[in-house]
Order: sequence, then structure tokens, then C-alpha cells
Amino acid sequence: MSISKLVSATEAGDLIKDGMTIMVGGFMTCGTAMSVVNEIKAKDLTVICNDAGYPNEGSGRLIARGQVKRLIASHVGLNKQCGEMINAGKMELKLQPQGTLVEQVRAGGAGLGGVLTPTGVGTIVADSSEPTTLEGKQIIVVDGKEFLLEKPLRGDVAIIRGFVADEAGNIRYKGTMRNFNPIMATACNLVIAEVEKIVPVGEIGPENVETPHIFVDYLVLASKK
Amino acid sequence: MDKEQIKHFVARRVAKELKDGDVVNLGIGLPTLIPHYIEPDVRITLHSENGLIGLCAKGEGAFPDEERYVVDPSGNPAGIESDGVFFDSSLSFAIIRGGHVDKTILGSMQVDERGDIANWLVPGKAIHGMGGAMDLVVGAKKVIVAMEHTLKGAPKILKRCTYPLTGRGVVNMIVTEMGVMEVTPEGIVLTEYNPIYTIEQIQNATEAILIISENIKPMC
Repeated sequence: MSISKLVSATEAGDLIKDGMTIMVGGFMTCGTAMSVVNEIKAKDLTVICNDAGYPNEGSGRLIARGQVKRLIASHVGLNKQCGEMINAGKMELKLQPQGTLVEQVRAGGAGLGGVLTPTGVGTIVADSSEPTTLEGKQIIVVDGKEFLLEKPLRGDVAIIRGFVADEAGNIRYKGTMRNFNPIMATACNLVIAEVEKIVPVGEIGPENVETPHIFVDYLVLASKK
Repeated sequence: MDKEQIKHFVARRVAKELKDGDVVNLGIGLPTLIPHYIEPDVRITLHSENGLIGLCAKGEGAFPDEERYVVDPSGNPAGIESDGVFFDSSLSFAIIRGGHVDKTILGSMQVDERGDIANWLVPGKAIHGMGGAMDLVVGAKKVIVAMEHTLKGAPKILKRCTYPLTGRGVVNMIVTEMGVMEVTPEGIVLTEYNPIYTIEQIQNATEAILIISENIKPMC
């Protein structure tokens, strides 16, 4: 069987170059493409990920190795190393509410100019002069109610984790591994999908595909633990 | 009451707020004790912001073979009930912001008489991040704070929060070991009190001025 999109985890990791912006799916490493992330050698990365994973695990692996210049995330509390890197001035952190972060990624993938959310109004999330707040926040009033304009996020490479792919790159997820993965698959120039198994085209079924193959550039088989 | 007794006392009281059919999101810590105290004829659906409804404990789920793919909002292994559904983070937060969560119950470091809540960042302490908390306090139909009344005697129910806010004017109800309070446009109304304390003791442990409800009753 020849699957044109299939590459090794090492080959996939090498697609990420110094200075790139990458999106890493997963929620506390559940649904993070560990095989690929562990093979990334590039540095000065901007990483967009829900969280900082655990020390040396998930996106935490990139943080531990000093490969991250800027992290945009909603929660970093379960990775002590992340706080240490920030305090040492080795990494910059921008915090976004989880629901805002995912909608920024969605907007980036959907060609929208941003989203208006009530979340964060009246907090430091609305104040770009705060060190952990993203630049360029604006309040917009719609029908008398205040919303925050949150700009779209896009990346060079998305590293997503599916459960099963077909040979064309159609993806299906499993359990809570879905989280940010299908959204991030729409918001980057290049998409690498790590999966547990690859089946013939048609086996997933058109109604059951969650990420269509047109988004997926490369497939990697997850290494068995 | 010691700390452990307080947690269970508060959880048991908050459980009475949950009605059959409610969609509920529980914060970490004390709120996770609440499901143990729900009446048997009350069935709620737990929403978990990482992407499911029908959250339950690992081993209690309807799909044990799937459980290695299921975690709760703390990233710990969990299960899903027979009518549960998995979804992506965008839909998960559409459920939250869109007003499809009936109640969210969370702990807090500070709450004030305007309904402001500060529970994500203590100045000078390590930054953890807000995760889904800012979306939950804005989006859930009812926001219930379940917490110890004071921090080692220092009031947590204040005139104005001093820590960075999680949300502005969002809290509806506060339940502590001392009483049950409702946040109204006039201020914080004490509706139930724990009879082991006097009203005066409760007020002394509270910076905000409590409005005593005409129909105040003992907490049980």
C-alpha cells in the first residue's frame, strides 16, 4: 500500500523550521501528537496550544528544550517548568481564555476578521498593556453590550492528533482527543496529522469524517507506547 | 468544622440547587464533591470544557474500552455516560458562552458585592492561566461560588475584589460553611445561615455589608 501523505515522525518534525508559528492540538496532552512534537528540532517557535502540557511532555517538551520563544495558551499551571522559563526571561507567555483561543483559531481557518466575545470584558484580558495579554485588543459595543474583538490566529504548521485516517488523509478522532485538533487543522498553511492507524479510502465513511482530507498534508503513524 | 468537613457541608448544600435535567459544569476542588450529594431522582448532565457532556468517573462510564481516550478538565482519566457526547473545543465553548450550561459551580479567592469574581490570578504568585473559567462565568445561566467563607479568617466576600478579575458582575449565588448568599443589584443578601454561627459572626467574617433576608432560614 502506498500512501503518498505518509511520512515518518522524524521527517514530519523536520518540516518545522526556526521562527515558525505552530499550532499543537491537545488538552493536557490528551490529543497531542507526541511522536511528531518530540521530533521537532527548530527553535524560536511561537507555539499556540491550549496549555503547556506537563513538564517535558506534550508542548512542555518544546518548552523544556528551550525551543519556544512565545507561547499563546489558556492554562500553564500544570507545568512548573513553563513558569520557570517565563521568570528567567527565556520565553514569553500570552494567556487567552480557552473559548476565545479556540474561536481565534477558528476565525483564522474560516477567513474571518476575528470574533466578538463577551469573555474577558472587564478583566486584564481586555487590556493589551498587561504583559500576558495579546496585542491590539479592542472593545466593540453591539446593541449596547460590550464585546472584545479577538483577532484571528493562523500558523505555519498545525500538528494534530487523530485516531484513524484513511489513505487520502480523512481524519476521525476519538474521545476527548478531539479538542482543538479539527479547528487547528483549518488554520495553518501545512497540516501534519498523527494517527493510530491508516485504513483504505472509504472505510471511515463520508458522514463520519471529521477533518476532510483537503486540510491534511502529511500523515504520521503514532509510535506505540 | 475542619477544612474537610466544610468542603462536604458546602457541597451538600450546593447539590440542592441542582434540578433534574440541569447541564452543569463543575470547577476543580470542592465542586467535584457535589455529585455525591445529589438526590437519587435528580439526573444532571455534566459538561466538561475539554469536549464532552456526560462526564463521569473513570470505571463508571458506559464505554470502558474508550476510557483511555477520555480525560476530565483537570487532564485526569475519566469516563462518559451512555448518552454522553464528545465534541471539539469550539462547540464546547459555544455550549458555555451560548447559555446552554444551566449552572457552573466554582471555587474562588475573592467575590464582591457587585458579583465580580477573582479566582484565577494572585498577584506575585505563579501564573496558572484562566483556562475556561472566564468563559464559564460569562456564559453559564447561573454562577454559583462554593468556597470557604474566609481565608484563615480574612474575608473573601468583599466590597471590591482586589485581585485581577475572572469576570465582572457575573456571580449569582455564594455558598459557604456560614451561609447562602444571593448577589442582587442592592448587594449581597444572606438568605440562609448556618445555626452554629450568629448573624453577627457571619457579618464579621464578611467585608461586604450583608443584607439580611426577611425570610432568612437555617441552612441545612
